Amino acid sequence: MSTEKQLFTISVYTENNIGLLNRISAIFQRRHINIESLNISPSEIEGVAKFTIVVNMIEDNVKKIIGQIEKQVEVIKAYYHDLDEIIYQISGLFKIKSELLFEERQIQNIIKESNARIVTVNKEFFVLEKSGKKEEIIELYNELSPFGIMQYTRSGLIAISKDEMKISTLLETYNN
Amino acid sequence: METQTIKNTDKATKTTEYISGSEAIVRCLIEEGVKILYGYPGGAIMPVYDELYKYQDKIHHVLTRHEQGATHSAQGYARISGEVGVAMATSGPGATNLITGIADAQIDSTPMVCITGQVFSHLLGSDAFQETDIVGISTPVTKWNCQVTKAADIPEAIAKAFYIARSGRPGPVLIDITKDAQIEKFDFSYEKCTKVRSYVPIPKTVEGSLEAAAKLINEAKKPLVVWGQGVILGKAEEAFKAVIEKAGIPAAWTILGASAIPTKHPLNVGMVGMHGNYAPNVLTNECDVLIAIGMRFDDRVTGKLDEYATQAKVIHFEIDPAEVNKNVKADVAVLGDAKATLEAVLPLINSNSHSEWHQKFKDLYAIEYDKVIKDDLHPTKEGLTMGEVLKEINIQSKGNAAIVSDVGQHQMIACRYAEFNKTKSNITSGGLGTMGFGLPAAIGAKMAAPEREVVSISGDGGYQMTIQELGTIFQQKAAVKVVVLNNDFLGMVRQWQQLFFEKRYASTEMINPNFVAIAEGYYIKARKVTKREDLAEAVKEMMESKEAYFLEVCVEKEGNVFPMIPTGASVSDVRLE
Ligand SMILES: Cc1ncc(C[n+]2csc(CCOP(=O)(O)OP(=O)(O)O)c2C)c(N)n1
Repeated sequence: MSTEKQLFTISVYTENNIGLLNRISAIFQRRHINIESLNISPSEIEGVAKFTIVVNMIEDNVKKIIGQIEKQVEVIKAYYHDLDEIIYQISGLFKIKSELLFEERQIQNIIKESNARIVTVNKEFFVLEKSGKKEEIIELYNELSPFGIMQYTRSGLIAISKDEMKISTLLETYNN
Repeated sequence: METQTIKNTDKATKTTEYISGSEAIVRCLIEEGVKILYGYPGGAIMPVYDELYKYQDKIHHVLTRHEQGATHSAQGYARISGEVGVAMATSGPGATNLITGIADAQIDSTPMVCITGQVFSHLLGSDAFQETDIVGISTPVTKWNCQVTKAADIPEAIAKAFYIARSGRPGPVLIDITKDAQIEKFDFSYEKCTKVRSYVPIPKTVEGSLEAAAKLINEAKKPLVVWGQGVILGKAEEAFKAVIEKAGIPAAWTILGASAIPTKHPLNVGMVGMHGNYAPNVLTNECDVLIAIGMRFDDRVTGKLDEYATQAKVIHFEIDPAEVNKNVKADVAVLGDAKATLEAVLPLINSNSHSEWHQKFKDLYAIEYDKVIKDDLHPTKEGLTMGEVLKEINIQSKGNAAIVSDVGQHQMIACRYAEFNKTKSNITSGGLGTMGFGLPAAIGAKMAAPEREVVSISGDGGYQMTIQELGTIFQQKAAVKVVVLNNDFLGMVRQWQQLFFEKRYASTEMINPNFVAIAEGYYIKARKVTKREDLAEAVKEMMESKEAYFLEVCVEKEGNVFPMIPTGASVSDVRLE
């Protein structure tokens, strides 16, 4: 097992209850672990939420964290993966002055080549959306910034594992 | 207003009654078998107190003098009875005063349900009078908690609370109930909770782990058992005894494991940890197989981790999977309920005696006796020792008393020297080390087991942290025996100052009040002993008293507790002086 820090995604399937975010984030806070990104959304199972948490840690400590997370009463199951074991995306939004879209040829090229999508355009500004790996979003940011970006934001990582996460079967065994 | 939905408990159709939320709370407690609860009233919980007034014949509310006292009493009640202790408080300051006891119960795995009142739900988050986010505050120190804002959600929340508090690895649970939920009427029916979908209280024993554990035990030349409170919480005392007796393994205990088997059992080789016994600490670093049962390798037990039993194969019997490999890597982890796993491993292990190995414990005990125990129990110097007070209590109680200790030197002395014949007899704050725990915990213990002799042992420091609970003793006529070992110092801190801070006794000397007068002020019989020749007689008088009794013993001012493993040292570097 590697003793080097590396990025891991932790997927936590939980009951969809108030207060759980507090409980789970406290586990990281107590151990002084910085959460790189966090996303909570419904999962494939009705009433079950999925947390996707990205951390930079050594594997041994991730295992201990998983134990502490699973110990919470309302957590159904937690998994961890390194980035090779998942398919993941993050999404970036860029707000840019509209005049640039019409006057700067280069911007049009950047949009085309980066596979970014125009979400909306109005007289003052347009909004670009780009999904992909973090590096791709940053690259786009670097390309656009010389022209002036009015607003920029990036989502947390969302991930689907290549391996199966057997939550449905697990829940069936719980229900029996 | 969004509320927490409490799902996944089976609900059958049942007859209902139209009652208020507050009446429902009391009815739920009665349904859960609660006979005694500890608490303190206030605005946001008054409707419940009004119902308690109505149900006095079914449920006895004990008015403690501080909410911290309520939690510690509930803990003492739980620890001696094995049942869930219950504490109740109003919102705001009442609720925050519960936190110390909740944190203590969390780290010592004590089943407890706390109910707090909360401001009206339409005021939540508005900094209303006596509003505090107790759910947020208590989250890191509860096994589970929730807020209820609708009367109809009360029964399920309480059912779930009791189930979670007492199942698996037990712990404290808090339910915060808004005042409107207490007042609102609804169709009440009650159903006990028997499962929560996402929660696995007892993990499955991994296939083959019992066999692997048995193999290691059977092949061991120098096995050592270290057991913890898991044996007691899992009601596994008999199975545990059978296993160590069959395999002939010397067994040592963590502070919370004390009393699971009698002190005088021939295989009982004493306490491990910072102030534990010499032999089990030293031999931890010599054993070839270390069998940990229901214990969690606390740093007070292991000392320096990378020098802890590195030569040994480790078997860990444990109910909480998160404890396995947390501090010490297990070669074999036997997950599950201690009783079930120990019963299952019993037929797989061979009879053995390990007499040569036992001799090593005896030899080291002889050294400890010479250097420490003799002077503690049979001192020849002038000042009274804490150890000789314990010895007198042992003589008078014949080892049948439950000893409730506070935190400090006297706690270590009490745990080292108290003799126990019965399980669940050592009640102390282990993981949190909470001064002020002892006196109120003793009240709860005595009320749970009135037939038992309950002796609380405190230092002059910790005693004054919850001294007001003498009022509870007096009002409840709780016949606890209260011993204060007075050294006019915060002794344990002073010991550290002496050993590690060149005797700079910064703020550890205490100018104490007239403790006897204070006890007598609460109408409690009291006596003070300063001389050795009066000790035995005073202890006898105390133990023979049918009522509560306060005994102050003035002990030597600068006595120290040895053996000691200094922080950061290895268990085998235990100091005898
Ligand atoms: C609430 C709390 N505050 C501070 C401490 C730190 N502490 C541990 S032992 C101790 C001294 C205890 O003194 P005393 O109660 O007189 O008992 P003694 O050690 O003299 O037996 C202190 C201050 C603690 N354990 N708990």
